[in-house]
Amino acid sequence: MKSNMELLKELMEKEAAGELTNKERMKIPQQPMPEQDPNERRSNINEVALGYTEEQARIEAMRCLDCKNAPCIEGCPVQIDIRSFVKQIADGKFTEALDTIKQTSLLPAVCGRVCPQETQCQETCTLGKVMKDPMKAVSIGRLERYVADRCAEQSESPKVAEDTGKKVAIVGSGPGGLVAAADCRRAGHKVTVFEAFHKPGGVLMYGIPEFRLPKELVAKEIETLKQMDVEIMCNFIIGKTRSISQLMNEDGYDAMFLAVGAGLPRFMNIPGENLIGVYSANEYLTRANLMNAYKFGSESDTPIIRGGKVAVIGGGNVAMDAARTALRLGAESVKLIYRRTEKEMPARIEEIHHAKEEGVEVNILKSPIEYKGDEEGWVKSMVCQSFELGEPDDSGRRRPVPIEGSEEEFEIDTVIVAIGNKANPLLRRATPELEYNKWGNINIGENCETNLPGVYAGGDAALGAATVILAMGHGRTAAKAINDYLAEKS
Amino acid sequence: MAHRIVDKEKLSENVYRMEIEAKYVAEAREPGQFVLIAYDNDRSERIPLTIADVDLDKGTITVIFQAVGKSTIEFASLNVGDSFDAVAGPLGNPTDIEKYGKVVCVGGGIGNAPLYPIVKALKQAGNEVISILGARNKELLILEEQFKEISDEIITVTDDGSYGRKALVTEPLGELCSKGEIDLCVAIGPAIMMKFCCQTTKKYDIPTIVSLNSIMVDGTGMCGGCRVEVGGETKFTCVDGPEFDGHKVDFDQLIKRLGSYKKYEQQAAAEHNCKLEGKL
Ligand SMILES: Cc1cc2nc3c(=O)[nH]c(=O)nc-3n(C[C@H](O)[C@H](O)[C@H](O)COP(=O)(O)OP(=O)(O)OC[C@H]3O[C@@H](n4cnc5c(N)ncnc54)[C@H](O)[C@@H]3O)c2cc1C
Ligand SMILES: Cc1cc2nc3c(=O)[nH]c(=O)nc-3n(C[C@H](O)[C@H](O)[C@H](O)COP(=O)(O)OP(=O)(O)OC[C@H]3O[C@@H](n4cnc5c(N)ncnc54)[C@H](O)[C@@H]3O)c2cc1C
Ligand code: SF4
Ligand code: FES
Repeated sequence: MKSNMELLKELMEKEAAGELTNKERMKIPQQPMPEQDPNERRSNINEVALGYTEEQARIEAMRCLDCKNAPCIEGCPVQIDIRSFVKQIADGKFTEALDTIKQTSLLPAVCGRVCPQETQCQETCTLGKVMKDPMKAVSIGRLERYVADRCAEQSESPKVAEDTGKKVAIVGSGPGGLVAAADCRRAGHKVTVFEAFHKPGGVLMYGIPEFRLPKELVAKEIETLKQMDVEIMCNFIIGKTRSISQLMNEDGYDAMFLAVGAGLPRFMNIPGENLIGVYSANEYLTRANLMNAYKFGSESDTPIIRGGKVAVIGGGNVAMDAARTALRLGAESVKLIYRRTEKEMPARIEEIHHAKEEGVEVNILKSPIEYKGDEEGWVKSMVCQSFELGEPDDSGRRRPVPIEGSEEEFEIDTVIVAIGNKANPLLRRATPELEYNKWGNINIGENCETNLPGVYAGGDAALGAATVILAMGHGRTAAKAINDYLAEKS
Repeated sequence: MAHRIVDKEKLSENVYRMEIEAKYVAEAREPGQFVLIAYDNDRSERIPLTIADVDLDKGTITVIFQAVGKSTIEFASLNVGDSFDAVAGPLGNPTDIEKYGKVVCVGGGIGNAPLYPIVKALKQAGNEVISILGARNKELLILEEQFKEISDEIITVTDDGSYGRKALVTEPLGELCSKGEIDLCVAIGPAIMMKFCCQTTKKYDIPTIVSLNSIMVDGTGMCGGCRVEVGGETKFTCVDGPEFDGHKVDFDQLIKRLGSYKKYEQQAAAEHNCKLEGKL
């Protein structure tokens, strides 16, 4: 076997000689992501994926066919110039590559880790199409992560324009809020971010676990904002501590971006769902991540029920994160229970794969219909029903149909319900004048504008549960609209 | 933002009153609302406490709490000049203050603290207020003087008879109800007390408001940890409450859920006390 060093040298020589044809490029082996061993990582909270080496990154980048039409770019929700940055990595121009990404995306270290590339840029990538598998496309996410991590120290905080005397309020400090804050501040406006929790970062902080997204990275992005003189007010709940109209009419804010996330967890309304030991994924993950419950006793005062037999209901990223967190908190066994089949699971393929490697048992075509408890109110068992797939429903996915008489009972100590969120009622009740759509999300136009003048909204608050990159995209769009609006106003 | 303690008083065995700087919370707050409060953002649990009073000139809120576990024992160890990292709120829906007529307000133990601002507001709205204050013993009976000032009539009871009448709060409550003329009952205290108050008033069909003390994390409707069953439906105490129609609340479930972390809490409190003793 050739070492990566040798392979890279050989490829560079071929390239220089003009011999690296597309056919040759397609023969380059896809570079696997170095990872912590599954047996080891299931009992620590450190990051699972370790990141490419320099050689791996350059070799992987050389797989890119440099397509004229670059379909990968269309697959990217914020249209990062993927073709260029991949080429720059192949050439060893890492800082330039990062600059290319940063023209459109503000949080590459985050997106490189958590974006569902297989349904975005890698789904449309020509190489993936040729190989008939988006997982075999150019590993765009891993390359993005590589340059973001490698050049983390070099990137300086963005330049801020001269003070405009205008004030912008950003409500919520998830990816949508952070990006909008940076872009509005760059335009020279005074920016204040209001966050309900005690730490900024939104789902990046309280939802997505450390082993998938180190909190240090999020903290660093927030530090950059602070260096730009963005003010961050934590423990400040808009709609309670101050209202939207107070901010706009009394506190002198000229514009506002609402990025308050998705909110209220959904339950199934089946018997026994309020027994002790039945958690929403939001609560379970918040206790574990934000409140550091895994350090309970020594460095955290927030408890969490640990160990035992755990069942996680759902098939999305949230369900995978909850299942893998449960393992790390010492669960004896973790069953993931999903109504359809693995093909329909909304979670990223990589995460399903990681979860299984770590020992999560995936039970498909099943759903709980009842939880049973003991006298003290602790959940003890769950009754599940089996399903088969019928005709496709509105979402295009085949509808699960229950099979009569298929009920079975499992012993269980903890249940984590991860079946999605409804819109949070808090801001809505406090602001009846703000318009919502029929799904209960904030109604926005093309530029993220709401029905209230100067008030913009985006991210999960407008989309329902979506993705980090879409929230960031909204942050961008809204900030541009706000900057234009304020330029006109003066 | 640090929230400085500007005043502290020990009201009884394990019960403390603290006045804390929290300008925005003080301005926005209405009776019945609470805050989530944490000493150290990096480590502390976020503890819900009712806002017992506010001082708009000073920009402060007052909380009254019982040191029952790790976090509240830590709060009790703080002094004037120390600061909390987090005082978030005001959360929950305000009490529906109207002129109802004759209202009986029942407070049990630490429940007197959250009850106090409600009684004050009910009185201001022109109601006739009878307060029943109960505690296990004389030592634990708090705020009697303050309630006297704002109630038309006051009845004190203790479980052991060490002060006032030897009875549970449900006894005088039952007597008042049987006489009729009561338009509303407000009961705040341990879940078990609220449960029996509701059973008492139910017999006479007297509408009864209770304020629930479920375990909370965010207080904004995001986690669902605070859920309770009310009238057969799941409600979130922090955004749908904390006050509910007591006749519809499943108290047995609430009581069980409050015990969720008993095992862990005992461990934490024991370790904490060991450390404190080590220091003494
Ligand atoms: C467990 C989990 C795993 C996920 N995994 C992925 C993944 O792998 N890839 C991916 O792309 N996406 C993933 N997502 C989805 C992604 O995290 C969200 O789409 C994204 O974070 C939305 O960003 P946002 O800015 O709209 O809001 P959020 O990140 O939800 O942030 C909203 C913030 O607003 C605050 N807030 C709410 N109300 C108020 C108020 N009234 N006043 C002040 N502040 C308020 C909240 O406390 C929160 O901090 C995951 C989500 C979860 C929960
Ligand atoms: C809306 C609301 C308002 C509240 N207002 C007040 C107040 O004004 N003054 C006050 O003293 N307390 C109030 N509480 C209760 C207070 O939040 C708890 O006493 C506190 O969380 C205990 O935390 P700890 O870490 O000190 O004790 P823990 O170690 O968590 O618990 C110690 C003991 O207290 C019990 N316990 C735990 N949580 C609660 C709870 N939420 N309610 C009742 N018992 C509990 C446990 O079962 C255990 O036996 C309120 C609760 C809510 C939800
Ligand atoms: S589509 Fe794939 S192969 Fe083509 S330019 Fe983009 S990354 Fe390279
Ligand atoms: S405390 Fe989290 S939803 Fe009520």
